[in-house]
Amino acid sequence: MNNTTKTAEQTQVLVRKSLARRYRAERRFRLYGIAAVAAGIGFVVFLFGTIFAQGASVFRQSYVQLTIVYDPETIDPADTRVPEELVEADYQALVRTALRERFPNVEGRSNLRELYGIVSSAASIELQRRVVADPSIIGHRETLWLLADDTVDMLLKEKVQRSAPVDERRLSDQQIGFIDALRANGTLKLRFNAAFLSNGDSRDPEQAGVRGALTGSALTLLITLLLSFPIGVGAAIYLEEFAPRNRITDVIEVNINNLAAVPSIVFGLLGLATFIGFFGIPRSAPLVGGFVLTLLTLPTIIIASRAALKAVPPSIREAALGMGASQLQMVGHHVLPLAIPGMLTGAIIGMARALGESAPLLMIGMVAFIVDVPSGITDPATALPVQVFLWSDLPERGFVERTSGAIIVLLLFLIVMNATAVILRNKFEKRW
Amino acid sequence: MSSSLLFVLLVALSVLAFQLGKARAIAVAGGLRGVRDLHSLPGHYGLLTAIWCGLPALVVFALWISLQDIVITQLVLADLPANAMGQSERVLALMLNDLRNVVAGNVPTEMVSESTRVAAAEYLKLQRIAQLALTVVTFAVGIAGLLVVRARIRPDLRARNAYERVIEWALFACSAVAVLTTIGIVLSIVFEATRFFNIVPITEFVFGTNWSPQMAIRADQVGSSGAFGAVPLFAGTLLISFIAMIVAVPIGLFSAIYLAEYAPLEVRKVVKPLLEVLAGVPTVVYGFFAVTTVGPALRVVGEAFGLPVAGESALAAGLVMGIMIIPFVSSLSDDMITAVPQSLRDGAYALGATRSETIRQVVLRAALPGIVGGVLLAISRAIGETMIVVMAAGLAANLTANPLEAVTTVTVQIVTLLVGDQEFDSPKTLAAFALGLVLFLVTLLLNVIALYIVRKYREQYD
Repeated sequence: MNNTTKTAEQTQVLVRKSLARRYRAERRFRLYGIAAVAAGIGFVVFLFGTIFAQGASVFRQSYVQLTIVYDPETIDPADTRVPEELVEADYQALVRTALRERFPNVEGRSNLRELYGIVSSAASIELQRRVVADPSIIGHRETLWLLADDTVDMLLKEKVQRSAPVDERRLSDQQIGFIDALRANGTLKLRFNAAFLSNGDSRDPEQAGVRGALTGSALTLLITLLLSFPIGVGAAIYLEEFAPRNRITDVIEVNINNLAAVPSIVFGLLGLATFIGFFGIPRSAPLVGGFVLTLLTLPTIIIASRAALKAVPPSIREAALGMGASQLQMVGHHVLPLAIPGMLTGAIIGMARALGESAPLLMIGMVAFIVDVPSGITDPATALPVQVFLWSDLPERGFVERTSGAIIVLLLFLIVMNATAVILRNKFEKRW
Repeated sequence: MSSSLLFVLLVALSVLAFQLGKARAIAVAGGLRGVRDLHSLPGHYGLLTAIWCGLPALVVFALWISLQDIVITQLVLADLPANAMGQSERVLALMLNDLRNVVAGNVPTEMVSESTRVAAAEYLKLQRIAQLALTVVTFAVGIAGLLVVRARIRPDLRARNAYERVIEWALFACSAVAVLTTIGIVLSIVFEATRFFNIVPITEFVFGTNWSPQMAIRADQVGSSGAFGAVPLFAGTLLISFIAMIVAVPIGLFSAIYLAEYAPLEVRKVVKPLLEVLAGVPTVVYGFFAVTTVGPALRVVGEAFGLPVAGESALAAGLVMGIMIIPFVSSLSDDMITAVPQSLRDGAYALGATRSETIRQVVLRAALPGIVGGVLLAISRAIGETMIVVMAAGLAANLTANPLEAVTTVTVQIVTLLVGDQEFDSPKTLAAFALGLVLFLVTLLLNVIALYIVRKYREQYD
């Protein structure tokens, strides 16, 4: 017997000896798989966890309760009560007086300046709004909850430790003393922050809100939906139901598949060069944003709509044609109504993608600092993800919280849209 | 008349045309009893009338609206006093900008020169005339269409066929939008990129190793207002994409293997959508995550090991981009693994292979082309990804392979060059289009290869 051939017995011994090693390899391999899945899920949890931990506090905001005296001498010395005059008045002075009344012992310029720093500059704007809305309150006093400064807010939310060095917490020891005194009698506390949803953008974190960005996103998406859904469905119907098999339709199909994979920023370049550069539509307008996002979502919608049309069984078409319907009547009366839920699902998913898209919007200038809430499709506007981008660049600590808050709002919208799509699919999906 | 009101009126006119056409059809058939003598249903005659009334008018409307501004601007420019015509293009552009601002009411008329004021008044006058003419023309077209079709309605007019032919053309036009988009992308990018290559030679762009478009030393020296060697950008893009792939491919592939081959059905049902959540998160969120969480964490870790980690390191951007790409790799690999026929696995088991041996030596080998295709798609995604790198990667064009340093990418530079004020003839702005061209071509090439590999592989088992 030579060395190269082995008896069955020898082979069995060899196999048995290697079994332990092979089983170990098997377990190891399986463990890699579990580790990979765990890592993936870990990333999801960690990502959402950090965002929510940083941003959940945005829905509460520090307010100071002050008793404001609407002093006629300060607001309207000439006693005209004309709105133009009232707007001009020094409302900051009213806030300062109220603060001095609250802390009568504070004296000296620098000490007083530190005291005034507790309240946000937005407080005087709030007072101005109240006086202009109802001039009859001049001469009366009113107890109000006014916005505190963002540094105070950060301390109350414990985003900044009181033990931190002064230039990091941006509050002096004396100011912390004021804060403690105010908190002790309940006149400085965290209250529900409705302003985050009803204000436009601002340079002060405590005043900044997402309403402008939300409106911009809504206008942009409205245009996107109005254009991309009909065009996408039309294209899908043509390609599925009418198109002859020839070179032109092949070109169109390859095109759609390739467009789906073109980086979104390239669509931004297209929008910049054509819609703004050639057609002269104003920059920063939701109209251009809508056009660009239409082109971006079109492939998604076409592909989803074609899948929905493919799912309708041929028997339906044959029955309709057999009854003497024309091609278009067959599609319009029978195939399309059955495919519409699937198409809507695709449209919602496309819209969700458009809502989260920001790179092409940067290209067409929807990235400006815009305080006003846009009121039309040609007004300068920004969008929610772009707002996230803009805020994330700002140095104030308060904006980290605002950014996370805006992300939470964005994610909530995306979750609602995707959940709607899933429900729609489960409810209307038919198995033939 | 405002454009939106005009649009509504045109739609209303079409509705009226539908009713008139339908009534006419019934009338020529001699009342409702005679309808059976008509070739089509009365509604089809109405639809045909409405289409020929509304469609041409709306086409005129859309073309007019989109071209009105361009034409009027040209007319106003042609009317400018003679001395303005001799000015350079730059001065002309400045005047045009003033003009637009005055017309939009952003700038009070007192603040601009006499000639601009005259031009602005001229512009507004022409705009009023154009708007009036638009109203007249669209209505004339609509009513003419309505009358012509209505006069031709006879019982033997094949209204349904005519109307369906129009609809079919409209559907074709819808699918042509995709082709037009591609043509638009290619034309606009190639046009601007050629203008760039006229200023900066293409060899310098592709092979130059120095990128600093911001350093315009002398404003009048157009060609040398900075360096446009894009190699550092390509290198940076590749470095970040490479890091992303190192994260995404093992995690994505192994989770796909586990979910497809090992996991019980209930686990798969829960975990697969959970992983796909990562694909639905907007990229700007990843960018923020990279800046506020991963970047600082890496610095702390780096300090512990005595390594200097840049504030905007390639590693942070690459890691986060990798997380974003995991679901692409995993769901594409999953599809490819489940597409491998069960008989191949059974054959391996019958020879005594363990599960992992079967997967490694049979399933993965069979699925390899598809997985490679999926990875190529993921790479193209990583190269084109913008927001993460804009937020987390740097701006300085370092030519380095050290992932702890800051690098910049093609997409970051496109954004930096184009965000903010810009003019279309400076090489700085045009460079962004040249970069866009490279980006478009590379991702297109990767997609074509990937789709080719995937398709070729699929044919084997069908």
